[in-house]
Amino acid sequence: MNRHPATRPTLAVWKFASCDGCQLSLLDCEDDLLTLSEAVDIAHFTEMSTATVEGPYDISLVEGSISTPDDVRRIHEVRAQSKTLITLGACASAGGIQGLRNFAAAGSYTRSVYAHPEYIDDLATSTPIAEHVTVDFELRGCPIDKGQLLEVLLAHLARRRPLIATSSVCEECKRAGIACVLVGRGVSCLGPITHAGCGALCPSIGRGCFGCFGPSESANTNALAEQLRRVGTSDLELSRLLHTFNAAAPVFLAQYRRHADPNPEAT
Amino acid sequence: MAPRTTMPGEVAEADWRLLDLDQFDEFIRSLNDRFEVRGPVPTSDAIVLGRLRRARDLPIGWRDEQSPGRYRASDQGDDEYFGHAVAATGPKTELLPARQVMWRSEGRGGRLKFVEPDARSRDLALLGVRPCEVAAISILERVLVGGDYHDPHVDDVGRGMFVAVVECARPAATCFCSSMGTGPGIDDGFDVALTELFGPHRFLVRIGSERGRREVARVTSTRAHDTDLVARAEVLERANQRLTRHVDREGVATLLEHNVEHPMWSDVAERCLGCANCTMVCPTCFCTDVHDVNDLAGDVTRLRTWSSCFDIDHSYLHGGAVRTSMSSRYRQWLTHKFSTWWDQFGSSGCVGCGRCVTWCPVGIDVTAQLATLHVKELRDVDSRVAGVS
Repeated sequence: MNRHPATRPTLAVWKFASCDGCQLSLLDCEDDLLTLSEAVDIAHFTEMSTATVEGPYDISLVEGSISTPDDVRRIHEVRAQSKTLITLGACASAGGIQGLRNFAAAGSYTRSVYAHPEYIDDLATSTPIAEHVTVDFELRGCPIDKGQLLEVLLAHLARRRPLIATSSVCEECKRAGIACVLVGRGVSCLGPITHAGCGALCPSIGRGCFGCFGPSESANTNALAEQLRRVGTSDLELSRLLHTFNAAAPVFLAQYRRHADPNPEAT
Repeated sequence: MAPRTTMPGEVAEADWRLLDLDQFDEFIRSLNDRFEVRGPVPTSDAIVLGRLRRARDLPIGWRDEQSPGRYRASDQGDDEYFGHAVAATGPKTELLPARQVMWRSEGRGGRLKFVEPDARSRDLALLGVRPCEVAAISILERVLVGGDYHDPHVDDVGRGMFVAVVECARPAATCFCSSMGTGPGIDDGFDVALTELFGPHRFLVRIGSERGRREVARVTSTRAHDTDLVARAEVLERANQRLTRHVDREGVATLLEHNVEHPMWSDVAERCLGCANCTMVCPTCFCTDVHDVNDLAGDVTRLRTWSSCFDIDHSYLHGGAVRTSMSSRYRQWLTHKFSTWWDQFGSSGCVGCGRCVTWCPVGIDVTAQLATLHVKELRDVDSRVAGVS
């Protein structure tokens, strides 16, 4: 029996400002990717193949943030050609590590990185996809979890709701029987305010969560920051913890500003 | 309900035996011939429920320090077998696994074939669980098996389960079992109950069921004397003195009913992370989510996973979530646990194990939150009295 309709839904994968790690998670699906390619027609995925098919597309997976004027034009094109648009990773949902430029003097990063910054045509900010176009589903993580990516695609194909929890990493620790690293050892951990999805990777090896999936559904960042201070985390450490891949996520940013030194050069 | 509770007349009231350390080790090894034995074992920095094959698998010489939001456990190097309090993880996982496959369906050639998950191959024996945990197991069984809805998985595990409970000598600072009537000693609901005694180092064994009697009879033991029972009473008396936290078990139900709009709820919401740790570690919190997940081959798995009333999805009804604020979620949890549980299941939902106090990352203490309501209640009474006079 042919399980799949004669015309399979088309899938396109797009890259914006990013490291390609989330796209690699799709390639990492290996055997599952072969099965997936029977269920969908992979029409545009330049990380995998230079052969591309023109749009429109049924599903677009978008990796990366909007960081250049060209990105702005291109994301609107992608949206116009896609029935469903799913973003992948912290860059696409919060601006990514490159979002740190949003809080620095305009052009300072470009000048320090490039020998000829005059050739770089970038925006002053790195912003999430949802600030520019309508997004149907945001998959979190830096990088995303490949199991969750398959789940989102399968759920979409089966027209059901994806089983992606919006709760905290704590629930994943507890379900896995991991003793809390914050309570048990006083390790600085962002787990209680971080979106689940990684399967508690860092706590499972005794490290604190560093928030790569961004804020959970109802993150009480202030209460956690107070407790982290009580176990000996300094304001500097706190501000660094909150200022990484999801620095521009509003919930993390607001808390970061409570701990950051307004004059970092002075220290 | 599992048939391990002492039946009237089944076991003589004074049915006590003694095991020395070698005999105790023999007892654990002997149980392993028939059961998968689980009990407290040390990891690098916590005591958790794990596989017990012999006595030296136990956290011998370990002590734990528990306070709100803080847990430390380490090897103190002495020979006390059960010098620690309630472990980081408990037997809830055995009855109600954190993630459980309920069934799978395989879709082949246009037909659906349903597959049930494999049953546990051996019965479970819990050794070294604490009186509060035995109370929690009986609450879980009452809730999940005893009512109109019957959970076959919980029933299967519960029926076969052998319980060798250990009475508490060193409760943690977060424990409040005596308030909840669940510890530090225990009189029924077990197959055998053990009390660790010193001078000489030995275990007093109380037989709680016919199965318990058979298991003890498989190893060499000796008669217990009145002096051993006196020593046990002294252990429990000292344990009682160590219990510093208290809750008015029955009064608190009405107290909560009267304080639905108390400012405590918004105060606690300022501190509450909504992380659900309290409900995950609670030995009686039983809420789960059920989901169907399909794979690319067309197979479907029905999964049941632990859920929490601190998740916004938990109160999602048609059109949206009912409990959007953290104060409403905390109130739901505390009120259910200490008040409406009585209406629903005829007991308190709290056994006083203190895990929610220890493992709350910000150290929110249910006993302190309830005490806040008490203070307000007394003021109300005072002002009513003042108004009358």
